[in-house]
Amino acid sequence: MAADPIHQFEITKLFTIGHIGGQEIAFTNSSAYMFLSVAVISLLMLGTGRRLVPGRLQSVAELSYEFVASTIRSTAGSEGMKFFPLVFSLFMFICISNVIGIIPYTFTVSSHLIVTAALALLVFFIVLIYGFYKNGLKFFKLFVPSGVPIYILPLVVLIEVISFFLKPVSHSVRLFANMLAGHIALKVFASFVGMLGAIGFIGWIGAILPLGLTVALTALEILVAFLQAYVFTILTCIYLNDAIHPGH
Amino acid sequence: MSEIRDSRKIGTDSSGNEQDKAQAKASAMATGLRLSSELVAGVLVGAALGWGFDRLLSTSPWGLIVFLLLGFTAGVMNVMRTAGVMAKQSERL
Repeated sequence: MAADPIHQFEITKLFTIGHIGGQEIAFTNSSAYMFLSVAVISLLMLGTGRRLVPGRLQSVAELSYEFVASTIRSTAGSEGMKFFPLVFSLFMFICISNVIGIIPYTFTVSSHLIVTAALALLVFFIVLIYGFYKNGLKFFKLFVPSGVPIYILPLVVLIEVISFFLKPVSHSVRLFANMLAGHIALKVFASFVGMLGAIGFIGWIGAILPLGLTVALTALEILVAFLQAYVFTILTCIYLNDAIHPGH
Repeated sequence: MSEIRDSRKIGTDSSGNEQDKAQAKASAMATGLRLSSELVAGVLVGAALGWGFDRLLSTSPWGLIVFLLLGFTAGVMNVMRTAGVMAKQSERL
């Protein structure tokens, strides 16, 4: 067992696809787990049947649809349902890849900032483009609060602009940091069990506490895996709502 | 203020079935998780902006000082917006 808690996040090259501009484009373990997540989602959504009385897996598929649809309807209204494919894909991808990541010896896709940043920037640019499309140049009024004296307006506008561009940062860092910290904590506590067990009988007794904590942390991580996917989804809905219904 | 009142109303209305309660609980946890990261993101982005500004224009340490404070302010504003104490940017459109 590798005792290094960071080792689990290592990117390894599986094979090379090609070269673009002297830069190697490799198929990594991260890409493999992304494909695995998509495969699991496809199996769940397509391969579980369409019976009138749903079986267990069909219920899971239907529940996940109901859950995301009700989240969109309650935060972005029924007009938000035109973004349902995007939001549902994001939710399922993050949720399934996080849950796969909890299984020992697997890789967690969302524990890399570049992956979560790409997802958050996708949402950010969709909201930005849709906001411009809906509101035109009035969209810039976002940065100018009314009733502010002219001599502090430049400062306030600067702060407002920074606060607007913080959205994708906090959106991506939250998911990334939660997955990274959770998996490191899990690994550290699990390695305590191995270290204490190597001492002897007293160590075996002492190892009960970190073992119990590892079990508890695993349960917590399952909650976090789902909750972070939910947080990402609900924030996507809130940002979309800002673009769909300005002034609310 | 009206936003707080609205969210409270939503909180009391959803005393219906079990699934509504679970969803309300999840969204309460979601709000809690959001608050801390909004502030952290503000300070981090402010520091990064200031550092980059200093590197480009060699004005060290003034860019870092100014942008760290601006980033902190923006972070606090985002926290207040998340908590519903302050009007959202989109309300100006």
